[in-house]
Amino acid sequence: MSELLTPSQTVGPYFSMRLPWPEGPYVVPADTPGAITILGRLYDGAGAAIPDGLIETWQADPNGRFAHPDDHRGPIVDGDLAFRGFGRCKTNHDGSFKIVTLKPGPLPFGDGRTEAPHIDVSVFARGMLDRSVTRIYFPEEEAANAADPVLEVVPAHRRSTLIAIPGGDGLLRFDIYMQGDRETVFFDL
Amino acid sequence: MTVSEQGLIVPDSGELALPEYMKPQPGNHPPLDSPGYKSTALRHPKQPLVLLPHRLTEVTGPLLGDELITMQDADLTTQHAGEPQGQRIIVFGQVRDSDGRPVPDTLVEIWQTNAAGRYRHSREHHPAPLDPNFTGVGRAITDQGGRYRFITIQPGSYPWGNHYNAWRPAHIHYSLFGRAFTQRLVTQMYFPGDPLLAYDPIYNSVPDEKSKLRMVAEFSIEDTQPEWALAYRFDIVLRGRDQSVFEEPHA
Repeated sequence: MSELLTPSQTVGPYFSMRLPWPEGPYVVPADTPGAITILGRLYDGAGAAIPDGLIETWQADPNGRFAHPDDHRGPIVDGDLAFRGFGRCKTNHDGSFKIVTLKPGPLPFGDGRTEAPHIDVSVFARGMLDRSVTRIYFPEEEAANAADPVLEVVPAHRRSTLIAIPGGDGLLRFDIYMQGDRETVFFDL
Repeated sequence: MTVSEQGLIVPDSGELALPEYMKPQPGNHPPLDSPGYKSTALRHPKQPLVLLPHRLTEVTGPLLGDELITMQDADLTTQHAGEPQGQRIIVFGQVRDSDGRPVPDTLVEIWQTNAAGRYRHSREHHPAPLDPNFTGVGRAITDQGGRYRFITIQPGSYPWGNHYNAWRPAHIHYSLFGRAFTQRLVTQMYFPGDPLLAYDPIYNSVPDEKSKLRMVAEFSIEDTQPEWALAYRFDIVLRGRDQSVFEEPHA
């Protein structure tokens, strides 16, 4: 017999009193070799920037592993790599956010298939009674993306909303549209 | 087959043995499009959601710990030179899975108004007084039994622009991680007997009546400290694991 869950409620307009912290956007320190910067903006259904949103990211390390008891493979210890796996960034007045991280490795899906490198994303804001969940995939991983078991079930014409756009020099662009022609694919977790 | 420390069946073939998290029950969470709460109109996905299986990225999650916490983080009444105005309260409870297991070592973050119903935030314009001795933010880590405890002051109600004469019931915002990406939860704790609950479109966005009551703390006379502070118990239930997937497969 399972208990009823505590329902979700909105973060409201004032979460920035508590939730953001200075190192939040830095999954790794900015000077880490191989660090990439993901820049994006969050837009509402009228095309306006959402200036009071919160973006959180969660991902595997570059070896495709997690320092977590439910990843029974365990992490591969990479010297003094200060990799947190988790990123958190409040959106600015223009809806912009930034995450500095390392590209995750591919992951076993469990049935012999492989998940392409990806980052899970939670979107929170005033006016959102529950988080919206999406994923960031990498533009240079064309073959891996084509074989990804999650992308495979996304309608083909919407897959591009999940793939970051190369910005050159370690930069990637990933805009999030809550609604409209370019509505980002969101997941039922 | 072998069994791991966590009690999971680990196939010897090196395949993954991942837990599966149970789906919320119907009406448990609010619909993202909730017309009574006007700001949801332009901020909810309109296309159908795509089912995301629970694989490695989803069954793991950030295990943020003690490095973020100081003793003062759990006592919102001692973060400044003087004591804040208002009714001192203790808010405590247990974080557990829906299958009844306590969630230990998990970060709990809270934020709230002061006694007058005013947030310490630059975009807050409610003409109620700020309290120089109250910021209204706290953090705690659950213990081995999933328990947490804050000392704070009773937050106030405040008007908001959603509709004519709209007032939020007094509440404390909570943010929790659990142990997996699937368990992440942001919610609000309300106070029993608050007459504003009946009129609040955010509280009432939850369709299931029993689920709604999960968000209302219980007054506890047993935990109220004589001559000092009232106590409220607020237990938080996160998504649990679907036990059926751990059953020994038939040979």
